Amino acid sequence: MGNILNQIGIENYIFLCVILFCIGVFGVLYRRNAIIVFMSIEIMLNAVNLLFVAFSTYHQDAQGQIFVFFSMAVAAAEVAVGLAILVSIFRNMGTIDVGNLKNLKG
Amino acid sequence: MDTSLVLVLLLAPFLGFLFNVFLGKKAGKSIVGIVGTLSVVVSFAVTLFLFANANQKPLEINLFHWISVERFDVNFGLLIDQLSLTWLLFVTGIGSLIHLYSISYMHEDEKMHSFFAYLNLFIFFMITLVIGSNLLVMFIGWEGVGLCSYLLIGFWYKNQDFNDAAKKAFIMNRIGDLGFLIGIFIIGSLFNTLEFTSLQHIISKVSDINDLWIAIAALCLFIGACGKSAQIPLYTWLPDAMAGPTPVSALIHAATMVTAGIFMVTRLHFVFDQVPSVQNIIAIVGGVTSLVAATIALTQNDIKKVLAYSTVSQLGLMFLALGFGAYEIAVFHVITHAFFKACLFLGSGSVIHGLHGEQDMRKMGGLKKAMPITFLTMLIASLAISGIFPLAGFWSKDEILMTAFHHNIPLWVMGSIASIMTAFYMFRLMYLTFFNSFRGTEEQKHHLHESPSLITLPLIILALLSFFGGIISLPGHSWLNAYLAPLFSKVSHEEHTLGVTEYSLMAIATIGALLGIGIAYKKYLKDNTIPSEDAEITGLTKVLYNKYYVDEVYDAIIIKPVNAMASFFRDSVETSLSAMVFGLGKVTNELAVQGKKIHNGSVGFYLFAFVISVIVILTYLFL
Repeated sequence: MGNILNQIGIENYIFLCVILFCIGVFGVLYRRNAIIVFMSIEIMLNAVNLLFVAFSTYHQDAQGQIFVFFSMAVAAAEVAVGLAILVSIFRNMGTIDVGNLKNLKG
Repeated sequence: MDTSLVLVLLLAPFLGFLFNVFLGKKAGKSIVGIVGTLSVVVSFAVTLFLFANANQKPLEINLFHWISVERFDVNFGLLIDQLSLTWLLFVTGIGSLIHLYSISYMHEDEKMHSFFAYLNLFIFFMITLVIGSNLLVMFIGWEGVGLCSYLLIGFWYKNQDFNDAAKKAFIMNRIGDLGFLIGIFIIGSLFNTLEFTSLQHIISKVSDINDLWIAIAALCLFIGACGKSAQIPLYTWLPDAMAGPTPVSALIHAATMVTAGIFMVTRLHFVFDQVPSVQNIIAIVGGVTSLVAATIALTQNDIKKVLAYSTVSQLGLMFLALGFGAYEIAVFHVITHAFFKACLFLGSGSVIHGLHGEQDMRKMGGLKKAMPITFLTMLIASLAISGIFPLAGFWSKDEILMTAFHHNIPLWVMGSIASIMTAFYMFRLMYLTFFNSFRGTEEQKHHLHESPSLITLPLIILALLSFFGGIISLPGHSWLNAYLAPLFSKVSHEEHTLGVTEYSLMAIATIGALLGIGIAYKKYLKDNTIPSEDAEITGLTKVLYNKYYVDEVYDAIIIKPVNAMASFFRDSVETSLSAMVFGLGKVTNELAVQGKKIHNGSVGFYLFAFVISVIVILTYLFL
């Protein structure tokens, strides 16, 4: 394991994660479709997970990897709930375009 | 035993008040009248019992510890001594008679229960005032009687004029009350106590007292007395107070409440004795008031107004005596005045009752035949107030004038002229009301009748008292002076030996009174003059008829500037202040209106704002 890391280098992992995270951020900001927004959020989450794992190996410490398990479990639960909400929004409003969701207005 | 008796004396009228307030409407008029009257009669009976069994030593009762601040203590205490017993006797005695009278007089009124409730409350507060053992308890009663006076003057509150009269009385009294209160504060800070007995003790023992502050305190207390007892410059409320029902005028505004000022000065005689300069002021104020009020009374046409100004004038005479330190003589005149003035007011009430509310003497006349008892009793009381030998007024007024003669001749002249005028206006009233022919409408003439016996009985009793009341203090061997002697440490008034001077003074007074009656007889009985209509009055009479325009002067120099100041504050100061406050509100509101626009409900915009904010925060934190 250590060899693989040595071959590629920790800084490349960091660059990859930053790029992935930014893709996620821009996805959240630009896309109107709620499912794509969701996917972008997942990309951001996984970018962070990858960084956890990379640093875990770099420091020879299992804590990071354990944390990722939790993170993935929470993400799975979140997706389940989020998709359920999306379904119910679609049933009620006939659209999942984020630009049309203006019911949060007080 | 004594404590419970005194509590019965004090609380009986209060129980009557509670009954009439809460159950009076349901109980019906006759029960209201009986309960109201009985509660005062009980007080009177207890007073008589205490009076009969009293010994020389005053009875002090400490009900409970009231206020305690550092080393300054005030007890809720009662003091029964010769002075308070004297006052209690005529307050509850005349109070009982007037309650009895009111049963018949107020029977037509739908709010009879509240009338009796107020009357009972008044008696309760008056008793508190009289038997309080310190200045603060006295002050409770003092304020309470002022309140009851307000309630009863404005009893027929549907008439705006009556409401105004009530307010005027209340405000004028407040001015005096403020003086009284400041006086209490000064006394309290000087001597560290408000108890009458310890004050007297301290003042008689200590020699190096701060004269200036005592003088200021005495002056403030006297201002309080001026307000309550209607002296210049605070007398204008009393004539207006005649707006109340006639029994109220008789009880509160003639016999009892207005004598509270004299009671207070007498109670604190040891303070006033220390400051002769203030005593001089009292004497001068009393003399001037008695003369001024008497001149105004000469021209009034409202039967109750004449009596009201007469009351002011007589109170002035009492203050004249107080100013000379002749307290027992002032007390004597208070008592005789209570008899004959109550009788006169109740008599005028009987006349007004008979004429269904008519108070203008120009529309009366010839009532002698229709109302013989009212006529006879009022005649006796008029003779008494005029100072005709041997009726009650002769003795008391003569004593005052005699004292004035020995101290200060100008004031004696003033008092004597006032007395002559008294005889004149009282008999003007009698001739206009009871003699010649009736000048009212035919319908009134048809209904003329003598009042029922509940009204005439108090009149007869009071007339008898006005006739014989003088015997309690005959010159030479005065029972009253001897009775009150333990109160006054120094003998302020040596018994006059009845010499030539005294007899000639009596003769002058009697001749003066007869002169006044004679002029009234000539003018109003033989020539049958009837006072002219309001519009036709001219010259000096007009000035007098309009009461020297004192109300107008007060209006111009006090009320108008105060009103102007009030409108200045309302229109300028308050407007700018509220502009500031409202401006603050408007700015906040505008901020909210603008801020609301950010919350447009769009999820996309929220996400955008969220991400940008996180980036900004992180940038701030790490860079």
